[in-house]
Amino acid sequence: MSKEQLKNLETQFEARIARDEKIEPKDWMPEKYRKTHIRQMSQHAHSEIVGMLPESNWITRAPSLRRKVALLAKVQDEAGHGLYLYSATETLGISREELYNQLHTGAAKYSSIFNYPTVTWADMGAIGWLVDGAAIINQVPLCNTSYGPYARAMVRVCKEESFHQRQGYEIMMKLANGTMEQKDLAQDALNRWWWPSLMMLGPTDAESIHTEQSMKWKLKRKSNDDLRQQFIDQTVPQAELIGLTIPDPDLKWNDERGSYDYGEIDWEEFWQVVKGNGPCNRERMKARVGAWEEGEWVRDAAMAHAEKKQERKQKQVV
Amino acid sequence: MKENLYNYILGIADNSLILGQRIGELCGHGPSLETDIACTNISLDLLGQVRSYFQYAAKIAGDERTEDDIAMLRKERDYKNVLLVEQPNSNFAYTIGRQFLFDVYHLTFLAELQKSTDLTLSAIANKCIKEVSYHERFSSDWVKRLGDGTVESKEKMQEAINDLWTYTDELFHQTKADKAMVLESVGVDVTKLKGDYYKRVKDLLEEATLKIPESKWFQKGGKEGVHTEHLGYLLSDLQYMQRTYPNMEW
Repeated sequence: MSKEQLKNLETQFEARIARDEKIEPKDWMPEKYRKTHIRQMSQHAHSEIVGMLPESNWITRAPSLRRKVALLAKVQDEAGHGLYLYSATETLGISREELYNQLHTGAAKYSSIFNYPTVTWADMGAIGWLVDGAAIINQVPLCNTSYGPYARAMVRVCKEESFHQRQGYEIMMKLANGTMEQKDLAQDALNRWWWPSLMMLGPTDAESIHTEQSMKWKLKRKSNDDLRQQFIDQTVPQAELIGLTIPDPDLKWNDERGSYDYGEIDWEEFWQVVKGNGPCNRERMKARVGAWEEGEWVRDAAMAHAEKKQERKQKQVV
Repeated sequence: MKENLYNYILGIADNSLILGQRIGELCGHGPSLETDIACTNISLDLLGQVRSYFQYAAKIAGDERTEDDIAMLRKERDYKNVLLVEQPNSNFAYTIGRQFLFDVYHLTFLAELQKSTDLTLSAIANKCIKEVSYHERFSSDWVKRLGDGTVESKEKMQEAINDLWTYTDELFHQTKADKAMVLESVGVDVTKLKGDYYKRVKDLLEEATLKIPESKWFQKGGKEGVHTEHLGYLLSDLQYMQRTYPNMEW
């Protein structure tokens, strides 16, 4: 293809996006578009899968049958999200095996929030309320992103996430209205998850390397700082409603901006966790790699069995 | 209180409770995403069934006790599940073997329980049987895949079946409550399910190119509350919150 032809294709492609047309798997796309989408979509899929771990940590110890069943359903939803996000990523010409390999070798990232430990039951509430809450803020705009399979997957993901968020908030509400001990559990969980949840919305705009291009492709609609502000403004009244205190002494309503001012985020902690030095990075990777390696003989058996069945079928035909 | 009916319900529900709890341990750690989802789903079904049974049992008890009290605040000797369902997830072959050996029983049991003169039990059975027929299909398919897969998977599947076989006979033992409920046409006469059970199990094992274990010596005791050492640890997890934070709502 000549340089001119390529330029032409690119111009047409950008025009399609500008017209809000969806790009589909078989359409021509610039290599960078493909790579960027593989990176972001697989990172999203990995986050769903790794994100199962901190919550599955409490399945066997959930305090009531109702909570146990709801938690199982929630973690199962996340596995489901992982499944169709991997499938959507595969439409860009990469296999699930390759994607797993990127996760297991550390080449691909997942959301850093899942490197924090779930130490009490209240963390199930805090994760649903705050982590899923922040995730929704990130993800709702993606329902209109330019890549068709991703946009469609996100419609379903967002519906389920918003249910999870309400469920998490309901856990917190129950604790906050419970005994003193339960209220302490809730406040302690909020104290530990608040700042990591703010960090989850990504580095400040000045340090975010992918923003500009991603905005153009509608992979991103608002900057990290705008999303963070939206999350804070939405969450503070929810905390107040159930009598919990946001652990930020600098948090203050700003009449002029019509938003909350908030304190300094510890970005050093954020980058350390991204680099692999969070409290649970090693455990999470060990669990994922361990499940994959221990499961190899099972996957091999399934393949071998399917081949045998196929052979038998062919013999019957002959 | 109708004590026999109460104990009868617990006998049924404890199997689902303990098995649901066991499979729940695997969530997030399955050999593939698809099997992870399926196992979580089975756990979810079983624990959903448990809620129906225990809510009914709590109603029969007619005092303050709730489904959670029944599920999480009994002593180890008061759990009446069969030994089979409390066996650990030693590897995926054990998980599948345990599931298969229980599902085949569970399915035939529920088919009979649907005929119960107790309308609540028959309605619960009617709802559960749809879920359990899926469980049985899932576990049977995996026994076939692992049995007739690779040399390694065959070895592992055979080992699991051999080890778990000793717990199958207990499924057909009757407690005092079982016998009383059979007399009232409320309960299922499990002794009559044995023939069909072993036929179905053996047919499938043969199809999976596995050997039928020859051992004629079987373990028992679960239905009377005498368990293997594995149960205590499972209960420590199951009961942790209710014991640590007593008398609270969640």
